Amino acid sequence: MPNLLEASLGVVNVGLAQFAQTILTEGGAAIQVDWQPPALGDRAAGMALARLTGDSRIEQANAEAFAAFLGTVPVLRGIGAAGGTLPGMGERMILHAGPPIEWSRMCGPMQGAIVGAILYEGWAKDAEQAHALAASGALAFEPCHHHAAVGPMAGVISPSMPVWIVEDAARGARAFSNFNEGLGKALRFGAYGPEVLQRLKWIERSLAPALGTALAQLGGLELKPLVAQALIMGDEVHNRNAAASALLLRRLAPALARTRLAHEELAQVLEFMAGNEHFFLNISMALCKLALDAAHGVAGSSMVSAMSRNGVEFGIRVSGLGERWFSAPAAAIDGLYFAGYGPGDAARDLGDSSITETAGLGGFSMAAAPAIVKFVGGTPEDATANSLRMRSITLGESDSFQLPALDFRGAPCGIDLRLVVDTGIEPVINTGIAHREAGVGQIGAGLTRAPLACFTQALCALDAELNRR
Amino acid sequence: MPTLLRIVHNTYRDSVSLMQLSARIAGLAGVRQASVVMATEGNLALLREAGLLEGEVQASPSDLLVLAQGDGEEAARAALDEAERGLAGGAAGGPRRAPQESAPRSIRMALQARPDANLALISTPGEYAAAEALKALRLGLNVMVFSDNVSVADEVLLKREAEARGLLVMGPDCGTSIIAGVPLGFANAVRRGPIGVVGASGTGLQQVTSLIDQAGLGVSHALGTGGRDLKADVGGATMLRAIDELAADPGTRVIVLVSKPPAAAVAERVLARANASGKPVIACFLGAAAADVERGGVRAAATLEQAAAMAVAAARGERYSAGITRLPQFTAPRLAPGQRYLRGLYSGGTFCYEATLLLSQTLEDVHSNTPVGGATALADVWHSRGHTLIDLGDDEFTRGRPHPMIDHRLRNERLVREAADAQVAVILLDVVLGYGAHPDPAAEMLPALRAARATAQRGEREIAFVGFVCGTERDPQGYERQSAALAQAGVILAGSNAQAARIAASIALHHAEPARS
Repeated sequence: MPNLLEASLGVVNVGLAQFAQTILTEGGAAIQVDWQPPALGDRAAGMALARLTGDSRIEQANAEAFAAFLGTVPVLRGIGAAGGTLPGMGERMILHAGPPIEWSRMCGPMQGAIVGAILYEGWAKDAEQAHALAASGALAFEPCHHHAAVGPMAGVISPSMPVWIVEDAARGARAFSNFNEGLGKALRFGAYGPEVLQRLKWIERSLAPALGTALAQLGGLELKPLVAQALIMGDEVHNRNAAASALLLRRLAPALARTRLAHEELAQVLEFMAGNEHFFLNISMALCKLALDAAHGVAGSSMVSAMSRNGVEFGIRVSGLGERWFSAPAAAIDGLYFAGYGPGDAARDLGDSSITETAGLGGFSMAAAPAIVKFVGGTPEDATANSLRMRSITLGESDSFQLPALDFRGAPCGIDLRLVVDTGIEPVINTGIAHREAGVGQIGAGLTRAPLACFTQALCALDAELNRR
Repeated sequence: MPTLLRIVHNTYRDSVSLMQLSARIAGLAGVRQASVVMATEGNLALLREAGLLEGEVQASPSDLLVLAQGDGEEAARAALDEAERGLAGGAAGGPRRAPQESAPRSIRMALQARPDANLALISTPGEYAAAEALKALRLGLNVMVFSDNVSVADEVLLKREAEARGLLVMGPDCGTSIIAGVPLGFANAVRRGPIGVVGASGTGLQQVTSLIDQAGLGVSHALGTGGRDLKADVGGATMLRAIDELAADPGTRVIVLVSKPPAAAVAERVLARANASGKPVIACFLGAAAADVERGGVRAAATLEQAAAMAVAAARGERYSAGITRLPQFTAPRLAPGQRYLRGLYSGGTFCYEATLLLSQTLEDVHSNTPVGGATALADVWHSRGHTLIDLGDDEFTRGRPHPMIDHRLRNERLVREAADAQVAVILLDVVLGYGAHPDPAAEMLPALRAARATAQRGEREIAFVGFVCGTERDPQGYERQSAALAQAGVILAGSNAQAARIAASIALHHAEPARS
């Protein structure tokens, strides 16, 4: 770079705006920064951020992590039982959404879902017994994320439950998610009534085998083209999966028809899929998890590899910071409610589904799905503005997922935690709202943000790691 | 509480639009609950659970159901009507706005918008300034830190980082720079020319660059270093780098250095580097002996004006003979024998420093809140004694107040108070123009000057006001306009700070004309 006095002067003005005005008045070039103290004024974190800015080790690590993220070729390979399929899944283990949390601190919907899973597994006779078992310490509760899996809302997965297997055709790695049960009373909202358990058993015994056979017949289903098409059809594949679910059904229906299922059974399978616009959500989550796991574990990388909520805390993981979680209290959600419900009924932010935003879909691809913005009284312009804003905190754009409203530019993806702390722009997340009590179900949907505090903590940890402080 | 229901047949709207519409009509006056939904089995069940719907409804899933519960039937009916209007009006929502191109939120974002930017100018609160400056350096930008209250440790850190990257850090607490004619911070509109200036003091740079402009020449670049750069622990890192850059700059033929005397080891390195530049260097280390400064191509200047004059002469290939400004014609007021003292009220710290140095050579009994030379410290900075020079920009006066270059109130009050002192013969004032200074200093000062004069007259005294204007004709305030207004008000105007100090001293000593140096 030439010396200051050799080049023509261009000024980045941080602070008093009159100085930029003076420069412009005198014929110079200046751009004003809309500045606020980074990290909410935490001076130590601000200095850590400065030390990590322009660090070539981080830039290289991020380039590597981001390339691995883009390089995955996710294929819907098949279906397996969680117990025999998920790495490290124990016999008396139940997985849940978000960062680790002990039973006593879990939110209502998560406790309800665990009670449901215990009943589903036949480990207890009734809810009361299930509650006692859960509190006894005899069961292991671990995050889905620790087992290459993700689950929406409570995210509860027990050993007998079927899981989708999404495989990276490039590297052979796998990621997993449970099945979507549809709206209303469902395990993921903490409901565990007989109809919920019956449906879960039907999913295990009828739906999963049928879909498994169909997928085997198809030889797997490549997922990126399907998601790309869904984005163009108005989904952001987190809070809106209408197109993706229809596209999936279109691909699976002929194969299902060839599985020699009895007519009525086939009809039930098709009916179930057709009746659930979020059927694709869990698959979308698994393919995002696959791509982000590929980016995880690059030493020195500041790329965020997971964002998730357990209903009490919001946690993130970072590629270069190993298995640690950086957590802050989960935020309330700004949203619209179904008739009869309001903010006072809502659980705090919950679920692994923010893995979609971590991968550049969901809230980051809001420009693709203007309908979603109406959840907070916004306009299609707001949707576009949200996607544009996320460009300021991401490493790059997706080479697979284009956003028509942004002139077919790629979805902004690869959150760099340094950029979040520097700009104060928190990742936007589209999400459903669960009732705070177990079993009531979804009561609304809206927008929320990943709390800045998670990113500030992670930043300081990365600084400690790289700069040995 | 009446609940009304309306069915709109064969009308589909997506659920999000309907939730939004529901929220809108539920918010109408007198409406308790309201809901607009597609009449699916699931939705009907939800409504029943919420207590909004009883009994069977003749509707199919492709029909739309509007329900409202109101304090009265009228309110409920109004809600249904509003819902229908909302349905007819397409998507529920306010007027459209265009997506906004958002302003950059960080230095990095600004760089993405302007990849050719090469300097960050930082004036955030001091506690955040070091981090912003460090980020800017690490992103490859030169930096000017206008902010003060940055620790010496952080200053050293920044300057080491800059050195390693071959970048320049001006500041912290750098009030003034001019790069290629562009004023940064508090600076004057100075024409471009062959003289490069490096200074540890903002007002020192303003005085030297303005006088060069008044002499008809111009400035290539004026680079501030911040007030602590030449202290031992910082080691003159910025001044050394600035000298190198001016040495390499083909547009710079003469270099001027302005500072208080540096720490001895630092002075040695700075002067050696200056001498190695191969260009004529004028070093104005206010208060240093010429013998300690001059070596090789480095010449010492005793005052800011002399530095400007010597630089102009060197750039013109002439021998330095005299100052730039000529002594003004003035009539000294008739003073009573007891009027013996001078009072200087400064907004520029370096002006106060330079004047105190000069006056403590010619006057006895000189006091200051920032004493230097033969002056002694004031016990109470709010009360003058003997000859007193006050830097009103010093911390004790600016706590919770704007700087006196911007806000004249404190000086105006003090001015009237000094005039009430029967021992005061002359009041000395600086008037700083340029970007960042008050838009019309003369207009701010005139009422106080009148009041001060009236106060003296009530005591049957005359009093002299001596001042100088630091600025150029192209400054927003206009040098001539400001000077004319002050002269009209009876201020004896010198061309420079040093000259103003000498005139004031001669008046205080009841001499006919000032001594020449």
